[in-house]
Amino acid sequence: MSGAPILEVSDLKKHFQVRRGFWRRAVAEVKAVDGVSFALAAGETLCLVGESGCGKSTVGRLILRLIDATSGTIRFKGENITALSREAMRHKRQALQIVFQDPYASLNPRLTAGTIVGEPVENFDALGRAQREARVKGLLARVGLGADAFHKYPFEFSGGQRQRLGIARALALSPALIVADEPVSALDVSVQAQVLNLMMDLKDELGLAYLFISHDLGVVEHMADRVAVMYLGRIVEIAAKEDLFTSPRHPYTRALISAAPLPDPSAKRERIVLEGDVPSPMTPPTGCHFHTRCPFAVARCREEYPAPRAAGPQHHFACHLDL
Amino acid sequence: MTAPLLEVRDLSTHFFNQDGITRAVDGLSFHLEAQETVGIVGESGCGKTVTALSILKLLPPRLGRIIGGRILFEGLDLAGLSEPQMRAIRGNRIGMIFQEPMTSLNPVLSIGHQIAEAVRIHKGVSADRARARARQMLDLVKIPDAGQRLDDYPHQFSGGMRQRVMIAMALACDPKMLIADEPTTALDVTIQAQVLKLMLELKAKTGAAIVLITHDLGVVAETCQRVVVMYAGRKVEEAPVRQLFARPAHPYTRGLMASVARGKAGARAKRLNEIPGMVPSLREPIPGCAFAPRCQFAIDRCRNERPQFEAVAGEPAHQAACHRLSEVLKL
Repeated sequence: MSGAPILEVSDLKKHFQVRRGFWRRAVAEVKAVDGVSFALAAGETLCLVGESGCGKSTVGRLILRLIDATSGTIRFKGENITALSREAMRHKRQALQIVFQDPYASLNPRLTAGTIVGEPVENFDALGRAQREARVKGLLARVGLGADAFHKYPFEFSGGQRQRLGIARALALSPALIVADEPVSALDVSVQAQVLNLMMDLKDELGLAYLFISHDLGVVEHMADRVAVMYLGRIVEIAAKEDLFTSPRHPYTRALISAAPLPDPSAKRERIVLEGDVPSPMTPPTGCHFHTRCPFAVARCREEYPAPRAAGPQHHFACHLDL
Repeated sequence: MTAPLLEVRDLSTHFFNQDGITRAVDGLSFHLEAQETVGIVGESGCGKTVTALSILKLLPPRLGRIIGGRILFEGLDLAGLSEPQMRAIRGNRIGMIFQEPMTSLNPVLSIGHQIAEAVRIHKGVSADRARARARQMLDLVKIPDAGQRLDDYPHQFSGGMRQRVMIAMALACDPKMLIADEPTTALDVTIQAQVLKLMLELKAKTGAAIVLITHDLGVVAETCQRVVVMYAGRKVEEAPVRQLFARPAHPYTRGLMASVARGKAGARAKRLNEIPGMVPSLREPIPGCAFAPRCQFAIDRCRNERPQFEAVAGEPAHQAACHRLSEVLKL
C-alpha cells in the first residue's frame, strides 16, 4: 500500500433491530457488521469476499452512507464522513460512487441512457446542454456503448450493457473511489469478462480505487490487489492477494478457497468440505464465530474471540491457532 | 453395446408467442448411458433448461412445444406420451432437482409429507411405509435429526438443507435418471461443495444416471464424465470431460473457457478473453453456424451452411460442429 489511504474504516458496526409484533418492539439484533476496520489506498482494489449474509454489502452501503452506521468511523481522504449532513454527503458522493449488482433494478426504466448518465453531471457541473451531451456521449463511448445508446431505454440493453451503463453513471463525476457491489454476479461468464476488463482498464486509466464486493473467488483473484475475507460481520483475514491465495492462515479462508470448483478435471486437491450452515447473525456463536464449522476448533475458540494477529506486514488474521 | 438409457434425437422445442417463434432448442441430439453423469453447459438462453423441461415434458402449456425429434428413455419415446403416462414416469423413474428449492417445494406441506407423497403415489405403499421411506431418505441426504425434521416446513430449512430435501425427494423412488438443473447455483460455495459431494456419493450408492445442467465450468469439471456444450439452442461440442478441458475444439468453447476469471492455474493474463458481441436472437432462423457472427475464424461458409458434427482427430468421442475445426485445432 502506497501513500495516504483514500478510505479508512475503523471499528465499523451496523446492528439492525429486528422488530416484531403490533408494537414493533425490538426483539433481537442482527449484527450485520460488527467491528470492521480496513484502509484502502488511492488506485488500489480491495476485494471484500464472503458468503451471503456475511455483511459485505452492508459495509459497501455504510461507506457511501446509504445507511448509517451504529458506531465506528469512516474517513474519506482524511475527512471523517461518518456524521456529515445529508447535503454535505450528497456533495461528497461526487468522489465516492457505487455500482450495484443488479443492473435491472438499479436503472430507472423510464429514463433514457443519456438522462441516466447525464443526471449526476447536471446536478453538480454547471455545463451547458451541448457540453453536457458531449460529455455523456464521451462516457457512453468509453464504457463501450455505441452512439445510438444515448436515446435508448434500459430495457433495450442486454445485462452486460446495462452494467456498462451503471459504470458510466458512476464515472460521470470522475470519482476517486467506486464501491462495486457484486457487479458481475448477474452476468454470464463471457459477458463478465467484458465488464471486468472494462473495470480494469478504467482503473489503470483514471487511477480509480475500487472496493470490490464479491462472493466469487475467481473474480476476486483476478481483480484484487488486496483481499479481506468476511464471516458473520467480521473480517477474519486480510492480506495482499498473493499472500491470501498462496498462504491463507484462517481456516475459513482455506475452506473457501478449496471449495471453489476449478474448471480443470485433472486438478486433484484436498477439499475441505465444511459441515453445517452459516449460523444466524441474530444469534452468532460465542467466541470465534467460525468455531461451529471449524474442523480445528478447541475449547478456547468457543469462549474468546481471537484478536487479529499479524502474519506479515500486510497480512492479518483472527484465529487462535497456528495452522 | 446396449441402447443408452436416454437418447435425445434431433430435438427441437419452439416457443410460440405474439411476437413470433423462438427456437429455444434447435436440433439437439445427445445420449446418456446408465450410471453416467453428463453435463449440459452453456450461458443464459442457450436452451439448456428448455432441454430439461422438454425431456420432462414440463414446458409451459400452449407456449412451448416439442416440434420435432425423439426422446427415447428406456426405449420409450417420451415426446409422444400423454400427460397421465408422463406423470407415472416423472418423479418415479426420472427424478428432478431444480435451481431454486424454495419455489419447487410446497410451502404449506411438511417436507415429510411431500417426500412421502411421491412414494405413496408411485409405489402404492401405505402411508406408514411411505413415511418411513421419507425418513430414510432424509437420513441418506444427511439431514440431522431426520425423524423430527420430517414434520418441519420448507421455510424452516436453510437453502442448502432445502436442496438436500429436494435431492431426497428426487431419489425417493429410486429413479434410473436424475435431471438436475443448476442444482447448486443458488448456494454459497461452501454449501455448494457439500451438496455436490453429497450428489456424487448418492450417485455411487444408487447408481442413478445424472443429466447435470449448469453454467459453471468448474462444477462440470468436477462432477461430469461427459459434457455437451450448447450455444443458441444447439449443441456445438460434445466430449469426455478431460478431453474437453484439455483440448476444447469449438471456438465458442474455447472462448468460454478463456473468459473464466481464475488465478492459479497457469500464468494469468492481465486481461480476460472476451467473446465480442452478443448471443443471436432466436427469433430469426439461423442458416449457418449460430456462433459465426462472434467467431474470429468465421468464413462465408460458416454464415450460410449449418456445420455437421465432426470428430476431433484421435479422439473419436470428442465431436464439434465447426466448419473450420481442423484450422482451429492447429492453434
